[in-house]
Amino acid sequence: MNAMNMRDEPLVYELSREGRIGCSLPRSDVPSKEIPLEIARSELDLPELDELTVVRHFTRLSQKNFSIDTEFYPLGSCTMKYNPKANEVVASNPGWKNLHPLVGEEYAQGAIELLWRLQEGLREVGGFAAASLQPAAGAHGELSGVLMIHAALKERGETKRKKMLIPDSAHGTNPASCTMAGFTTQTIPSGLDGGVDMEALRAALDDTIAGIMITNPNTLGLFEKNIEDICRLVHEAGGFVYGDGANMNALTGVFKPGRSGIDVMHFNLHKTFSTPHGGGGPGAGMVAANETLAPYLPGPIAVKADSVYRLEMPAKSIGRVKAFHGNFGVLVRAYCYLLMTGSDGLRQVAENAVLNANYLKSLLEKVYPVPYKRHCMHEFVAKGAIADTVHTLDIAKRLIDYGFHPPTIYFPLIVQEALMIEPTETESKETLDLFAEAMKRIAEEASKNPELLHDAPHIAPVARLDEVMAARYPILCYRG
Amino acid sequence: MAIDKNARYLESHEYAKPEGELMVIGISDHAQAELGDVVFVELPNVGKELDKGVVFGTIESVKAASDLYMPISGKVVEVNEEVKNDPSLVNKDCYGSGWLIKVAPTKLSEFESLLDAESYGTSIGEV
Repeated sequence: MNAMNMRDEPLVYELSREGRIGCSLPRSDVPSKEIPLEIARSELDLPELDELTVVRHFTRLSQKNFSIDTEFYPLGSCTMKYNPKANEVVASNPGWKNLHPLVGEEYAQGAIELLWRLQEGLREVGGFAAASLQPAAGAHGELSGVLMIHAALKERGETKRKKMLIPDSAHGTNPASCTMAGFTTQTIPSGLDGGVDMEALRAALDDTIAGIMITNPNTLGLFEKNIEDICRLVHEAGGFVYGDGANMNALTGVFKPGRSGIDVMHFNLHKTFSTPHGGGGPGAGMVAANETLAPYLPGPIAVKADSVYRLEMPAKSIGRVKAFHGNFGVLVRAYCYLLMTGSDGLRQVAENAVLNANYLKSLLEKVYPVPYKRHCMHEFVAKGAIADTVHTLDIAKRLIDYGFHPPTIYFPLIVQEALMIEPTETESKETLDLFAEAMKRIAEEASKNPELLHDAPHIAPVARLDEVMAARYPILCYRG
Repeated sequence: MAIDKNARYLESHEYAKPEGELMVIGISDHAQAELGDVVFVELPNVGKELDKGVVFGTIESVKAASDLYMPISGKVVEVNEEVKNDPSLVNKDCYGSGWLIKVAPTKLSEFESLLDAESYGTSIGEV
């Protein structure tokens, strides 16, 4: 980080000077018309700036940006893997980029074929019957999936099935998705091995359950070994199984969730399939289903008949969940990645993701306790409780000084002082070694000089933020 | 950690404490310390009837958002408006001014089945 980067950057409002303009509009060649007074504003508080000031402002901000292209980003549960630049080259092809979403199907055969091929590819990776590329984010895919379960239950007349079971090691968005779909939720505790407590699951299975939302590997980074039994028990009780596929990076090419009994599942293309992530993406959370739930998929989806590609609503579709055809540019990137990686490559992705996580875990677990003594999958959860006065938050902030993005902290809730670390398959051994070295040095600092951690970060553009004040008294607008 | 001897507890750290005919419900000192600085509390409306074990609200700190579970069945008769405006009261005085709701219990016998101060202390590793 260079010295210029460290300077406080004023807001555009603070840079504003009255009368300064950044561009000049051409003379109007149409008749002018006054804006009616009732909708006109006498004053609009917009900054007034010249072009160079704006360019410098945003360039400097961009240089402060932390991204996977600059540093290691082991943010657990988020799969911050490298996004190959070939994805960008392909997606910027004018043929994709400039295609209007309202153009007739006969003029968009190539684009619909890409959607179809991506649906088919992802369906195959997951072991499902059909897929929809509509959802624009992981939690959006979750909501689509539980709405499909809701629709299927309604059609069966099973309206008393209102309860969705959610293990305490599931992703935090699952309960919200259920609530939005009209279900109530019940938490199922984890057993001693970090998997679903099977006795607690059996006890919860009554004739009011709609199903279970299960994350596998779970948020402890552990494979749910009883997944087939869990699916069987829930099915026997008349419920459906939703699979949260956010952790699919541990499984590609090795394990097909659809084959284990999961009825419907979303994949995060912005995690597993290397599309942009962080800073808003945009994301893509395609949803796939087995034969039973496929008719309820959100649509339209791409279909192929006699070498012609069309967009169709599935028979009992829950409808549209997104305008047009999902985040199409993101889907092009995911398809590019899928083709470049290939089926053997996808297996290697999962194997290397798991290998990297276990390697890093072995380097760190002597210093940072890991509560579950099992091989992890693509990520692991350690505890930041390494000195009396030092908390996980302090460790995370100090890592910024060492040039690393902090891991996910304080999640999952079932591990106190949790540090959730996911290195991904795209990092080299050298990077993992450097990160482990920094973590060990931070542990030494924690015992010798804890103040160094309490006051961290020291070399970031802003020092330790007062998160409590920010949460209790948020200021969301410029008040100059 | 302080454990109010007049209260009884759930393993999920909510307490119920008799106050005349009513039960005062809040979270334990251990829970507030684990959560860290509380920044937001969502509580039910007065008049709502809630069974033991159901979620009656949520509590949010800079670390996490957690559900709040009813330690005892009852009808909500009072909600701590001050704690909604100043959630730090939960950190400062969880058994006093940082209480959350007051309920008229409908199954008073449930109180006896809650953990007493000693058992709760054991469950959180304090003897």
